[in-house]
Amino acid sequence: MPKDEYQSRDFRVVGTRPIRPDGIDKVTGKARYGADISAPGMLWGAILRSPHAHARIKGIDTSKARAMKGVKAVITRADFTHQPEDADMADILDNCMAGDKARYDGHAVAAVAATSKSIARAALAAIEVDYEVLPHVTDVDEAMKPSAPVVETGRQQENVPEGYSENVTGRSQYGHGDPESGFEKADLIVERSFKTAATHQGYIEPHACLATLGSDGQGDLWVCTQGHYMVRNVCAGVLGLDAGQLRVTASEIGGGFGGKTHVWMEPTALMLARKSGKPVKLVMSRDEVFRATGPTASSSVDVKIGMTKDGTITGATASYRLQAGAYPGGIAFLSAMCGFAPYDLENVRTEGFEVMTNRPKAAAYRAPGAPMGAYPVESVIDELCQKLDLDPLETRLKNAAREGTKSSYGPTYPAIGLEATLNAAKSHPHWSAPLGPNQGRGVACGFWFNFGGDTCVSLMVNPDGTVSLSEGNPDIGGSRASMTMMAAEELGVPLDQVRTIIADTASLGQNEVTDGSRVTFAVGLATIKAARHAIQIMKERAAMTWGIDPEAVDWRDGAAHPAGPNAGKFPPMTIKEIAAIASNTGGPIAGHHEVNAEGAGVSFATHMVDTEVDPETGAVKVLRYTVFQDAGKAVHPDYVEGQFQGGAAQGIGWAINEEYIYGDDGRLQNAGFLDYRIPVASDLPMIEPVILEIPNPGHPYGVRGVGETSIVPPLAAIANSVSRAAGVRLTSLPMSPPKVLAALKAE
Amino acid sequence: MRFETPTSVDQAVALLAADPEARLLAGGTDLLVRLRAGNIAPSTIIDIKRIAEMTVISQEDGGWRIGAAVPSAEMNEHAALKADWPGVVESADLIGSTQIQGRATLAGNLCNASPAADSVPAMVAAGATARIAGPDGTRDVAVEDIPTGVGKTSLGKGELVTSIHLPPKPARSGDAYLRFIPRTEMDIAVVGCGIYVTLDDQGKISDARVALGAVAPTVILSQSCADTLIGTAGDDAALDALAAAASAEAKPIDDKRGTIAFRKDVAGVLAKRAARIALARARGDS
Repeated sequence: MPKDEYQSRDFRVVGTRPIRPDGIDKVTGKARYGADISAPGMLWGAILRSPHAHARIKGIDTSKARAMKGVKAVITRADFTHQPEDADMADILDNCMAGDKARYDGHAVAAVAATSKSIARAALAAIEVDYEVLPHVTDVDEAMKPSAPVVETGRQQENVPEGYSENVTGRSQYGHGDPESGFEKADLIVERSFKTAATHQGYIEPHACLATLGSDGQGDLWVCTQGHYMVRNVCAGVLGLDAGQLRVTASEIGGGFGGKTHVWMEPTALMLARKSGKPVKLVMSRDEVFRATGPTASSSVDVKIGMTKDGTITGATASYRLQAGAYPGGIAFLSAMCGFAPYDLENVRTEGFEVMTNRPKAAAYRAPGAPMGAYPVESVIDELCQKLDLDPLETRLKNAAREGTKSSYGPTYPAIGLEATLNAAKSHPHWSAPLGPNQGRGVACGFWFNFGGDTCVSLMVNPDGTVSLSEGNPDIGGSRASMTMMAAEELGVPLDQVRTIIADTASLGQNEVTDGSRVTFAVGLATIKAARHAIQIMKERAAMTWGIDPEAVDWRDGAAHPAGPNAGKFPPMTIKEIAAIASNTGGPIAGHHEVNAEGAGVSFATHMVDTEVDPETGAVKVLRYTVFQDAGKAVHPDYVEGQFQGGAAQGIGWAINEEYIYGDDGRLQNAGFLDYRIPVASDLPMIEPVILEIPNPGHPYGVRGVGETSIVPPLAAIANSVSRAAGVRLTSLPMSPPKVLAALKAE
Repeated sequence: MRFETPTSVDQAVALLAADPEARLLAGGTDLLVRLRAGNIAPSTIIDIKRIAEMTVISQEDGGWRIGAAVPSAEMNEHAALKADWPGVVESADLIGSTQIQGRATLAGNLCNASPAADSVPAMVAAGATARIAGPDGTRDVAVEDIPTGVGKTSLGKGELVTSIHLPPKPARSGDAYLRFIPRTEMDIAVVGCGIYVTLDDQGKISDARVALGAVAPTVILSQSCADTLIGTAGDDAALDALAAAASAEAKPIDDKRGTIAFRKDVAGVLAKRAARIALARARGDS
């Protein structure tokens, strides 16, 4: 594994705050999002969705819809004649279009394409579905009981112990040492159970795509996604197409946060296009986004931690139960890996249960599994600190993981930044600021792996010496700016000489989705390597021109120079001069790099938050919030700060108000932004970001990735703050006013 | 679907009477949302914003007449109206967002007949009346008598509200409206409370009206709440009695927005807090 990529250097472009290249189009409304593309002869698609949480589909009569004027195609599962062999692909197909049964409220059962939106809607109303309603289960603990209605039989892995419902599809275990002997050494043990609600990523742009698929098997898809290569591969797999015949282009993206790393409806659009012979546009309503695309899992967790009077953790266990929704899979294993990752522990054991329920298939959401991994652990550590009269920052420092620590999930850490974030928190004025009545201050730490993965980048030196850079990841967090900056840095050219675009699936090799906070790290690494490749070619061209050895050429400040006096006395050749004569020195110049990027650097954060609780209504007001996070090298500090603030803002929503609310009938009751309450601007204080830069040894510039760690600590930081303000330990999220008031009155 | 833009009340009444499936459009902040969600499919939409008399705020016998198409943003910028009835103006100023307030109207909020309508408890506390035009002429009705249930009103066939009337504000009086929402804005009342008080020349409360919202299918105008205030100086004991009465009067349901216990508690808290504001205004302290 390449741990020696990093080289210290003085940056010229990286670390500055230029205006983002996609900014003007976005603020003037010119940027083209998923629903902004149309085609001649285009039809409007619409999807009929199950009103039942769990129902057998006995029959679907589409004859009335098909007979309607303007209706050009009606499809059900019967139209998907290709049955994928791969179980995951088969699950995705079944989620996109229900087979023998509807598994959740909102599950797609049929779709139409028509000449107008209103005809499409009327056609949906004319489709008759014969349902046999089945018993359902939407609560994770209920779903684990042997008596629970089973979402699907035959999917349980062998690692699940006896005594659980078949809804429990998997169980994972991590840790080392012997927690029981650790607990014997503790002066105090706190054991508590916690719950978190399912929360949606809440991206503002609903899913949208425009599909064509001809009888020749060639298709094009324009889609709002976090990974168009993934969309291509999944659509090809689900529909039995050759991936090379399907070209997918990513639109601009109005948020994703992990929710757009999945396929929810694109195969349906392609099937409607194939059946109608026309381009079909499919755009979800907000209601559909809530009911049929993944929220993250709800969780139910037991945590036990033992501590000595001086604050040393002697033993720790956690059991995580997360609902995966209507299909096998799930992220409890990630909770079990991340919960204790910030600490250097002798004795730690965790387990994670993946549980199917009659809810939409759970999706990735910003550091999937880690927030509900950290929340119970950090809450219990806070309670131990309160009861042992210990400083919560000092106690965390005492137990902090550092270089050489064997992590709770296995690997031994290289250089990491947790201590740096805790020390920065300790010395920040926020930590010593006075608090008023009914106010409390909470802190919590969080961890995320970060990720690398398959990546391709091409860098073209144009005849005029400007540079065109192609990457294959949708720009969801400012990656065009970051790649442009890293290319300009490496080439030694002005920023405005480089333009970065997001290439379609036919223009670059495979790229992993934009996930795992991987893009600035992995695509950045590939960009730097592609620039170095182009530089090598340009050095060779200069050497040829000068008649010297390519090894005797240096590259600096955007130009080739003779390496020293012995190499010969030649004036430097700039990139512009080299490009101008490229045709005569061997042809066009381009660099490229293809890699499965390893060496992603883990990152840690410490969050500090003050809240005030209204003792008469239970309302929580967030007064002050400070984020301390290790970014590795911050390429564009504005974006890094935005990621810190965005993670904290989403965490505040998750902690205080956001939740999927199901009725006894198993139907989602709040499928809209009125009753699914993400924070509005006035709900938030200024969130102060403090960037720590501990270089990642695995990246040439030390980049780690910053997008996800910032949502890991907020749940616990806010819960600790509210618990201290209210004088009662809160163990269930969201801490909505009725819940907080009930806890206050029970005290 | 037909879209009609009458320029007189008579034209609007005729259009409405002729088509039972027609819907009125003022600000459209409820209608258009329901239309786009596919909840309604009216045959005709009658836009009342071209009817001149329905777009103005005018003084009338010391009180105020507010046209049915006047957006809440205009009320909020009307200094004299706001000085007289700050509680009513503030209640309308809570609806939706700044953009919504550029369209949303008092009459629309009333006729939408949501139990959680913000401006209705404030109007009821202020003693407002609605002027109704219909095939049989014009009548004035107390605001609390317009909504009869969730989404239902007492308006007859062909009838529409043309304006809201706020009475002349007596000396030493004040009104206030508070609501509870889990967020700071862009939300819907979990509980709302409008309060109006008048003080006598000794500083004792001589008249009071207390209206509770979102705790029953329609707004509750509570005499028992008012009785806890009348004859007192609005001291802490009176306010505690008011809070207890408001909690007792509230008849809420358990739903996704709050529990029965929470709403009853918060009804009392809001009544007390709104009364303090109304009293301060009556005393000229604010």
